Amino acid sequence: MVDVAALDKVYPSGTVALRGITLAVAAGELLTLLGPSGCGKSTLLRVMAGLAEASAGTVSWWGGDARRLGEPGRHVAFVFQEPTLMPWASVAANVRLPLELAHRPRAESDRAVREALALVGLEGFAASYPRELSGGMQMRVSIARALATKPDLLLMDEPFGALDEITRGKLDADLLELWERRHLTVVFVTHSVYEAVFLSTRVMVLSARPGRIAGERVIDEPFPRNDDFRTSLRFAEHCRALSSLLVEASEARA
Amino acid sequence: MGWGDERTLRVVMPVVIAAIALGGWELAVRAYDVPRYIVPAPSLVAKTLVSDWPILGPSLLVTLRTTLVAFAIAVALGTLLAFLFVQSRWIELSLFPYAVALQVTPIVAIAPLIIIWVKDTQTALVVCAVIVAIFPVIANTTLGLRSVDPGLAALFRMHKASRMQELLRLRVPSAAPYFFAGLRVASGLALIGAVVAEFVAGTGGEAAGLAYQILQAGYQLNVPRMFAALALVTLAGVSLFAATVWLSRLALGKWHESELERER
Repeated sequence: MVDVAALDKVYPSGTVALRGITLAVAAGELLTLLGPSGCGKSTLLRVMAGLAEASAGTVSWWGGDARRLGEPGRHVAFVFQEPTLMPWASVAANVRLPLELAHRPRAESDRAVREALALVGLEGFAASYPRELSGGMQMRVSIARALATKPDLLLMDEPFGALDEITRGKLDADLLELWERRHLTVVFVTHSVYEAVFLSTRVMVLSARPGRIAGERVIDEPFPRNDDFRTSLRFAEHCRALSSLLVEASEARA
Repeated sequence: MGWGDERTLRVVMPVVIAAIALGGWELAVRAYDVPRYIVPAPSLVAKTLVSDWPILGPSLLVTLRTTLVAFAIAVALGTLLAFLFVQSRWIELSLFPYAVALQVTPIVAIAPLIIIWVKDTQTALVVCAVIVAIFPVIANTTLGLRSVDPGLAALFRMHKASRMQELLRLRVPSAAPYFFAGLRVASGLALIGAVVAEFVAGTGGEAAGLAYQILQAGYQLNVPRMFAALALVTLAGVSLFAATVWLSRLALGKWHESELERER
């Protein structure tokens, strides 16, 4: 779906954020980009969203370039680190925004908004304002906004990083259920090894400064995954393997 | 609603302060037999306000009209300029220094020139008041139009929002709290500009504003009328301010932090 080949990203200041990144996202997978802070994983995701340009190398979406994004079958949605909601608009209006920007008919977008809010369990909050919701609920609105466009690819940039552990665990589980039920394709950025193992079908480990791909691990575990999986031996094994990949990556540099 | 209730306090406390101050003033004037041409008692000022209303009332209307017209022009023109500044860096870089220069030059110093240049005195007064009031509108609205959440801006870009959609759905709502803060400052400045310009112009007759009445009463040592006119200027300013606060609450009340009721 998305093919990144030999991608470099250099900032105007001369800092090399990413070097020689090559990866391919396959339909239906939940791919996690795992790495320490400042390894450029968010930058990589922004490039994959068409929000930032590559300095060298190529990115293609379904075989086309960024200009064709948004065409039928090429919808990409992005969930930011922060909820990034319009404070002056109701929950429903926030979720409807991308549909309105695309000039979808009102009746159709109303239906899509209702469905999306139901998916994230916020049916009763359509008329609320973002400030009236907790951080976790705001994040759900943000996810509903992304889902309302029925994206062919969903990019999530540490969406639950700012939330407390319990809320985060709950949202991880809900995301996984949505992914299964809606047959989503997701690329998820995180610095948490546990979150990566719990969610992913595949994890790519990035090293820092410059960001390179340090390794890859397929998390070949059955779905649905639940709390039993979190405490299983297999879970611990995956975590250990990924942690040592992370350590190797940072030592190779030092 | 108890005594600690913020809304009650907001009304009660200023009234208590006013009662203490006016009562003390009244008592002091009576106790020390202060002559009315130095400090008149509040009761005398109130009486003058009523007895001189045929003179002061029309003057209040004149000053208010100058202020409101200037305020409206400052808001319209200031907002327009802010939009231009945000659309084009060139326009901003070329014009902004002059907006600052105009702002920092005291209006008393510019007013005589304007009164010479502009034939119609009423228009000259409005021009002076606009010059004073326009800056906070320009500065705040420009800042507001630029203060867009970068995440939301990225979202709009990702969804290929047109320039118009971005302006109307993102920049304008983001700018609203800044715009209304500018409005509050501008309302007071418009009145100050109008009064200062009246002082400089010294227009009498039909078009005499409150400043002219204060000047005239001063020449005649009619201090109670000076106080009465002053009270009207203050009242006009406070009313204008209250109106902008009300407008701001109407527009932002549902979502902006500045307008939310404090939680306790």
